[in-house]
Amino acid sequence: MADATLMAVTIAPPRAGLLKRLVRHRLSILALVVLAVLVVGSAGAPWLAPHDPEELDLASRYAPPFAAGHILGTDDLGRDVLTRLMFAGQISLAVGIAAMLVTVVVGFSVGAFAAYYGRWVGTVLMRLTDIMLCFPSVFLLLFVAAFVTPSLASMALMIGLTCWMEIARIVYSQILVLKSADFIAAAQMVGAPSWRIILRQILPNTMAPVLVAATLNTANAILLESYLSFLGYGIQPPEASWGNMLTNAQSDFQVDPWLAVFPGIAITLAVTSFNFLGDGLRDALDPRTAGR
Amino acid sequence: MARFLGYRLIQSAFLLLGVSIVSFGLMHLAPGGPLSLYTLNPTVTAQDIERVKALFGLDRPVHVQYLKWAAGMATGNWGYSFFGGRPVVDIVLDRLPATLLLMGTALALALVIGVAVGILSAGRRNSVFDYASAVAAMVALSLPTFWFGLLSIFTFAQTLRWLPAGGMVSTGGGGFVDRLEHLILPVVVLALVLVAQWSRYTRSTMLEILDQDFIRTARAKGIRRSRVLLNHGLRAALVPLVTLAGLQVPLLVGGALVTETVFGWPGMGMLFLSALNTRDHPVLMAILMVGAVMVVLGNLLADVLVALIDPRVKLGHG
Repeated sequence: MADATLMAVTIAPPRAGLLKRLVRHRLSILALVVLAVLVVGSAGAPWLAPHDPEELDLASRYAPPFAAGHILGTDDLGRDVLTRLMFAGQISLAVGIAAMLVTVVVGFSVGAFAAYYGRWVGTVLMRLTDIMLCFPSVFLLLFVAAFVTPSLASMALMIGLTCWMEIARIVYSQILVLKSADFIAAAQMVGAPSWRIILRQILPNTMAPVLVAATLNTANAILLESYLSFLGYGIQPPEASWGNMLTNAQSDFQVDPWLAVFPGIAITLAVTSFNFLGDGLRDALDPRTAGR
Repeated sequence: MARFLGYRLIQSAFLLLGVSIVSFGLMHLAPGGPLSLYTLNPTVTAQDIERVKALFGLDRPVHVQYLKWAAGMATGNWGYSFFGGRPVVDIVLDRLPATLLLMGTALALALVIGVAVGILSAGRRNSVFDYASAVAAMVALSLPTFWFGLLSIFTFAQTLRWLPAGGMVSTGGGGFVDRLEHLILPVVVLALVLVAQWSRYTRSTMLEILDQDFIRTARAKGIRRSRVLLNHGLRAALVPLVTLAGLQVPLLVGGALVTETVFGWPGMGMLFLSALNTRDHPVLMAILMVGAVMVVLGNLLADVLVALIDPRVKLGHG
């Protein structure tokens, strides 16, 4: 089979793979640009936003886009939609990235401990991972969220603690392979302590797949946050998040359909960008999929 | 086969045991406890709460409560709802068929469309269709399900008035056509993410297979390309595809919850949400367990199917 793969590579016209990679690459670049715009727009909201996020303009409630000095219109209380989107972006992106960090730290620790120490520690940790994977994460998340006072930190923690299993499995299997590598044996032989081997030898060598998974996890965390906030178990009004801006969309639809459109576009843009970025990273970091 | 089946059954049973311990533990970590709602009510005295606690067995040690609850779950006595006092098993089983109908239809639809798109993409690798479906799949994976649901309600129910906006059947009851009309939007919304996954996965699996010797042999014998793709390629892809179906169950169950809440579909997801609002612990625990059981059973079923299709798998575990 190895011969066949080799042959296929040499026989296939070199341009076919290249074209594909170029398109993929372009999409990742585009994703980076979109993310940069979203990050600058939300991080710079206090300076860039055209209005105050909680400023009420009761004379022009439900204004359509480009009306009465509001580029994307106003909501049910006459607040500027663009401004609120920008401030909401701070929360939604921060929750997504913080949750991803929790996922990576927990997932890496569980996977690394399990693989490095093996024996009963490894068995217990990996069986716990299996058990956690049996819960559909939305159920688990909603269940926990209902009993916790929502804040940026608690949301990130909850999402992170229900999504770490995939990274734990990746790290576990990577380290099992690495453990038998000669350079690890060499480090052990010169007497390096295990924490040092984990941090200096193992961590850098597992970074590539973890980086890909982390990027895709950020996308997932943003989706989960928006759904929690949409249902009212996440970020509480008057503070805006992309999810809770959609809470009243259904009842407001007859009056102002635009209110349902813009926050959803913001979520989709952010999530799509992180997904494309993760996909591009996978292609760039994994030589096996480079031709695909 | 019997040995393999036995091994997997025991494994699943242990998984479920772990699942039950985790969900019971979560329930007990919940701040305020199950009776926190009553404490806010001024007409309920402290004695009343003690009485209710004793009635539901909440005053006993945690491990006793767990054993009692776990034994009940196993024997079909799932306790009683805190609100209304109906047996939980009846409440949940009432809602289960609606959820299964939604999930089953969406999975079937996604399978047909997703596999077809995946095969076409693999067959015409690097064509316009291949790129377009790749981008479409990525966007579909990124769309928030609840927002896509809202938009589809706005478009097809409220603006065009082609389809009903929610529920399972019109008020006053309706026939087969009426039920079918109610099913369309939720199924499409739920299936979208699954279609995206199936098409991507089928494509990469097929590409891997198409690189192999037996495909080249078949082509060299002069069999048409489309025939090789369907007869040789798809058969070899069966094992990974069945495995994916098993792995997709958590996504399917979670997606069903989201879809149900948007469309007011009277299934387990809606029940979960209303139980969440009233902090109805026995109902929440039961649904959490049913969801996990579905995942475990889905994986078990996929593994058994794979073992039936591909005899090599059994040896690996034996």
